[in-house]
Amino acid sequence: MEVTNLTKHYGELVAVDHISFQVKKGELFGFLGPNAAGKTTTIRMLTGVIKPDDGAASVFGYSILREGLKTRQLMGIVPEMANAYVDLSAWNNLMLVGELYGVSKGLRHERATRLLKEFGLYERRNHLVKGYSRGMKQKLLLCMALINDPQILFLDEPTSGLDVESQRLIKDMIRDFNKNGVTIFLTTHNMDEANQLCDKIAIINHGKIAATDSPEKLRLRSTGLQSIEVSFDKGVDTEELSKFHGVNQAKKMGDKIRLYVDEPSPVIDKLLDFARSKNLKIITLNTLAPTLEDVFLRLVKEG
Amino acid sequence: METNLFWEQLTRSLAIVKKNIRIYYSKGPVIIFGLLVPLFLFLSFYIGRNMPVEALIPGLLGMTAFFTATSVGPAIVPWEARAKTLERLISSPVSIWTIFLGDVLSSFLFGALVSVFPVIVGLSMGLRIANPSILGFGVVLATFCFASFSILLSAYPPTDTPASVMMLSSMVKFPLVFISGIFIPIEELPAWGKTISSISPLTYFTDLARHSISGKGYYPIELDLIALAAFTIAFLVSAIKIHERTMQKRL
Repeated sequence: MEVTNLTKHYGELVAVDHISFQVKKGELFGFLGPNAAGKTTTIRMLTGVIKPDDGAASVFGYSILREGLKTRQLMGIVPEMANAYVDLSAWNNLMLVGELYGVSKGLRHERATRLLKEFGLYERRNHLVKGYSRGMKQKLLLCMALINDPQILFLDEPTSGLDVESQRLIKDMIRDFNKNGVTIFLTTHNMDEANQLCDKIAIINHGKIAATDSPEKLRLRSTGLQSIEVSFDKGVDTEELSKFHGVNQAKKMGDKIRLYVDEPSPVIDKLLDFARSKNLKIITLNTLAPTLEDVFLRLVKEG
Repeated sequence: METNLFWEQLTRSLAIVKKNIRIYYSKGPVIIFGLLVPLFLFLSFYIGRNMPVEALIPGLLGMTAFFTATSVGPAIVPWEARAKTLERLISSPVSIWTIFLGDVLSSFLFGALVSVFPVIVGLSMGLRIANPSILGFGVVLATFCFASFSILLSAYPPTDTPASVMMLSSMVKFPLVFISGIFIPIEELPAWGKTISSISPLTYFTDLARHSISGKGYYPIELDLIALAAFTIAFLVSAIKIHERTMQKRL
């Protein structure tokens, strides 16, 4: 998927502001951002629900604007808002979506049966969806997104508001689909989820892409967010440590002191010299890489 | 390739028809505006008047076909916009015209099926139909025309409140019933009444029904058929065009 300068305005508000990124075939791509950052607007443009005001995007070489039917044929979509037909049963919802995607009757039945069994909904397949719990509805939406055996799956906050067990099941399923070659575009504001699942991440804030990279590279390239955690056998003035060259910030955290640094090794040397000169014994000394959440919060703050 | 695409989309519109039948035929507003309103209108028109069955059935048939075929269509789009299921349809590999053709066909089927009842009632009262094939064709054409009209009724304003659309469509539908020769035959209307009635598609169906039942009508049968076909095309094309333009405001 190739996105170039995609833009959407709502009156004066620029919801998505000339964003560009690429998603490779078979990749699990995370699209992160705080609330109202432009994640859902982007996904709605890519899936043909709303028209962009500017820019272009193509999926498997087909333009989303000029060849909408072809691109949508390749997609499976789990939207942010549950939109199964609540007056239909799960089975009839799946049959409807299968027919809309031109899936033959035999395949529809086979896939619906398999998917409903995999997601634990088969026993209640003939019940109206209005009686389903939130978790069941979310699982059904995933079944509906998969009935056409999509090549690319758009998941808009798929685990939001679900219990831990349902979250785990859905995350495992996402990994399995991706392992089987399905490209996945996942929007989330859950850092852990993105860290566990995604090959690559784009962070969007105020409609603009703040960064795009793999989760590890994003963490490592974030200078100033790496930290050293140290504790001594006697109390030490945190203020004194904060004055070390290369230390951006020092925080007392219980019996430990955390020093935020650009480069850990010169600061560690200084800490060792400091301990020797003050006749202190170092109890613990750990270097900590920034969490994805640290990176995210910094990028969002900068944005 | 284009022909394949057309047939593919046509098949997909049938999936939308099945969905609409399952969901909307039993909705309250559809039952009220599609069945109860025409029934009570007819009873208020019939009870206490000594009318021959040949004069009674064309009016009843016209009213039934018109109200039933226009009862499903206006409800669907606002209902689906509110439930966000319209978004699901739009993000599926179907064209806008596929969605609305599905809505028209489901309204048409409801109208055509329910329109059989006045004919059965008439036959049980000893009605003799002079030209059954014209009547049958007329019912099909007219209910398709009214179904297209019902989709046009929901095109503007682009609201997601079914009650608003049902109310607005009633404001259009009721006056049409009174000017279309149902209660008063066209030939008995004053000149200005005849002029106004000529802009209503229901006029041509009621006239066609009179022709095919009693062999007498105001307009020639050919004109009734051409007018109904022209209204159908105009309603269908304008409904799809307006929906295409307003769709983004609903999503």
